[in-house]
Amino acid sequence: MLVAACAGASVVGPAPSTDRPQFASTYQRRSHPPVLIRDATVLTAAGPELAKASVLFADGRIVAVGSDVAAPADAVVVDGTGKFVTPGLIDTHSHLGVYAAPATSAEADGNEATRPVTAEVWAEHSFWPQDPQIPLAVAGGVTVIQVLPGSANLIGGRSAVLRLVPARIVQEMKYPGAPYGLKMACGENPKRVYEKTGPSTRMGNVAGYRAAFIEAERYGAKWDRWRKHRTGDPPDRDLRLETLAGVLRGDILVHNHCYRADEMAQMIDLAREFGFRIRSFHHAVEAYKIADILAREGIASSVWSDWWGFKMESFDGIPENAALLEQAGAIAIIHSDSEDGIQRLNQEAAKAMHAGRQAGIAVSREQAIRWITRNPAWALGIEHSTGTLEPGKAADVVVWSGDPFSVYSKAEQVYNEGRPVFDRSQPNRQWRTDFNLGTGEPGVGR
Amino acid sequence: MRTGAYLRRLAVAGAGALLVPQLGAQTVAITGATVYPVSGPKIERGTVVIRDGRIAAVGAGVPIPAGAERIDATGRWVTPGLVHTGTDLGIRLLRTGGSRETREDSLAGDIKAAFNVADAIDPAALTLPVARLQGITSTLAVPSTGLIPGQGAFFDLAGERVADLVAKSPAVMVIDFSESAKASAGGSRGAVLQKLRRVFRDALEYDRRRDEFRRGQIQPLAAGAEDLEALRPVLRGELPVLAIANRRRDIEAALDLAQEFGLRLVVQGGAEAWQAAAQLARARVAVVVEPLTDVPRFDALAPRLDNATLLRAAGVMVALAQRDDAHFRNLRQAAGNAVRNGMTWEDALRAVTLGPAEVAGVADRYGSLEPGKVANLVVWSGDPFEFSSRAERVFIRGRQVPPVSRQTELLERYRTLPPAY
Repeated sequence: MLVAACAGASVVGPAPSTDRPQFASTYQRRSHPPVLIRDATVLTAAGPELAKASVLFADGRIVAVGSDVAAPADAVVVDGTGKFVTPGLIDTHSHLGVYAAPATSAEADGNEATRPVTAEVWAEHSFWPQDPQIPLAVAGGVTVIQVLPGSANLIGGRSAVLRLVPARIVQEMKYPGAPYGLKMACGENPKRVYEKTGPSTRMGNVAGYRAAFIEAERYGAKWDRWRKHRTGDPPDRDLRLETLAGVLRGDILVHNHCYRADEMAQMIDLAREFGFRIRSFHHAVEAYKIADILAREGIASSVWSDWWGFKMESFDGIPENAALLEQAGAIAIIHSDSEDGIQRLNQEAAKAMHAGRQAGIAVSREQAIRWITRNPAWALGIEHSTGTLEPGKAADVVVWSGDPFSVYSKAEQVYNEGRPVFDRSQPNRQWRTDFNLGTGEPGVGR
Repeated sequence: MRTGAYLRRLAVAGAGALLVPQLGAQTVAITGATVYPVSGPKIERGTVVIRDGRIAAVGAGVPIPAGAERIDATGRWVTPGLVHTGTDLGIRLLRTGGSRETREDSLAGDIKAAFNVADAIDPAALTLPVARLQGITSTLAVPSTGLIPGQGAFFDLAGERVADLVAKSPAVMVIDFSESAKASAGGSRGAVLQKLRRVFRDALEYDRRRDEFRRGQIQPLAAGAEDLEALRPVLRGELPVLAIANRRRDIEAALDLAQEFGLRLVVQGGAEAWQAAAQLARARVAVVVEPLTDVPRFDALAPRLDNATLLRAAGVMVALAQRDDAHFRNLRQAAGNAVRNGMTWEDALRAVTLGPAEVAGVADRYGSLEPGKVANLVVWSGDPFEFSSRAERVFIRGRQVPPVSRQTELLERYRTLPPAY
């Protein structure tokens, strides 16, 4: 492709594979007439709650939000009286498609648990678009997920940021322009999985991360030197170090499974040593103990509302975690890590919001909706294009039957970049994956 | 070792909190609330009188005994304490890395009919205060693993000694008909039934010929004498079987086996029970439904969120329960979701109070607000199924339990940073 046309260059080898597309997104927005949702309570995740407001979107983009919005002639008008409208929900921590239902060993594709550092693997290469768990998440109002490798490894591999649209191949779901994430894991899991060969301790874990990034520093420098002049043979490619070098360059965002407060502090120091930033801690059940530090460092915390005690490092989980983070000015996110929880992220956020309120920590719906929309968009590096209902952003929109923080409310309509992907009133038109065929009636019981 | 000592210290601290002497009289009158007795229609501005651990009176205009401690619950909702079914409360905590030290709910082997979890309950278990804060006042705790995991027991979530909190033991015999039982039987659902039939026949045989058994004049039996002995009340229809079954076929197999051997049956899980609703109704078999289960597995390819709704519509008695990673705290969320998916609110309340009490065979003492019943009840700030509501006061056996847990202590310690230590 690249022709050695540059006069005076000494030896220019063939273009390296790094110059070519690597598993590029082929996602394409599906066209749909403009939609105007009228007279609803709108939680924009970007400002105050709006009563009796309208949301207009066209060509996949939000056009207007407010009380005085006129519908174009060709718009589909949705009566939002008594209903709520929010941005599409975003889950920073999902294993859909890599731990697909029906959960046989044949589909356990989330942990490359063969070596402690497998930065070379990419979650998208395991992802199965026919996972029947995907439409269930869509029915819960989820429009974008980050699919992560599991937590067996110190460094588990690259994540994929996906739009939850029906597709035959994962490339058609890849969020265009979303940066990759890197999954890292602290604590119990890696040291349990590699007990015999190491690391078998938390200090062994940290030594493992450091050794990997020392190699990555050298590797990155080698490529930087070559890229400057592009003369002679390029350095040998090493997928493992390529990903880690991407982290050091700031192109790949670090998502770090880390429960305990003291371990998060160790990871912050590790990042400082190698000059990268951690974007979000995940499963951060003890984040509330260092909410001040996390706020100062600008690191998001992806947390469950109330999981605790299923392992020693989750022993100190409390339901006020997210509220305490919010109070400290840190970035709180409610994530699922669960094929069940992802169907009810709104309920999980509701539990966390009310646990805070009941403990005397003021949390508004405006704040709590950001835990499952704007803040996860930021953690995934896609906040410029989704996560809030603001003109110009993607029309990722959910119409709820009522207050999304009520246990009784349901997502009635879900739009993914303006395309209707779920309509509760149309059970026969709801998306079923191939796996669902022959196993019951369509659209039942969501 | 260190972890064990730490857990023990915490356990003692937890027990200490419970030992806070209950001030005031043994007679309490809760007034002005909207009372949901479950056994009857709701009562506006109702009064509930508790005396000596029992409910003494319920109604509007009930006279308040002299000397009673009065609790003004105007604007509040009062319901029976929630009853959670099929849990490991009090018998299990960590799932990995320390599970051995904190797990008492499972034995090695396949047929463990003589094992009773009541003997394993720890009244100081750290899960109990957490569940209580959500208005859960008692549970049917069950053993796990194997073809016959053992006997479940019904107990209240507060008390100092095991004898103080166990209300019925054994309450059920757990038998697994699902995917997870296959390994215990040799690898096939067919073998599960084959092995269960052999165990049941041998239990009957043992019952008839125990003298010959003692003298060794009998062929080797399919289980030990202790386990066969424990199956006796099951085969007489006295002790119900809690049958773990999700696939329609497994539910039907359990129904058939129950008929063959005269068992009393309750289905636990029942993900595809909606497909067998008519048979379950006809056989008067209750189902303990997990209303948030909708992900297909080969164990049940057709689960659906409105399972409980469909079962009720067919006249099947339903109790609601839900496993969760927050240690069974989210029963009211499960009930709220059952309503979200079509169940009536009243049915859902019954399915987390009187329904599970019926499943455990304690409905004569638990599950509703009626004179003479155990005074397990909750004063809620509002609709118990809504996240915005809180269990403001929780009574177990007539005593208000302190609204504290290890987690509330963590909250207070870290509410302002840095903590004051």
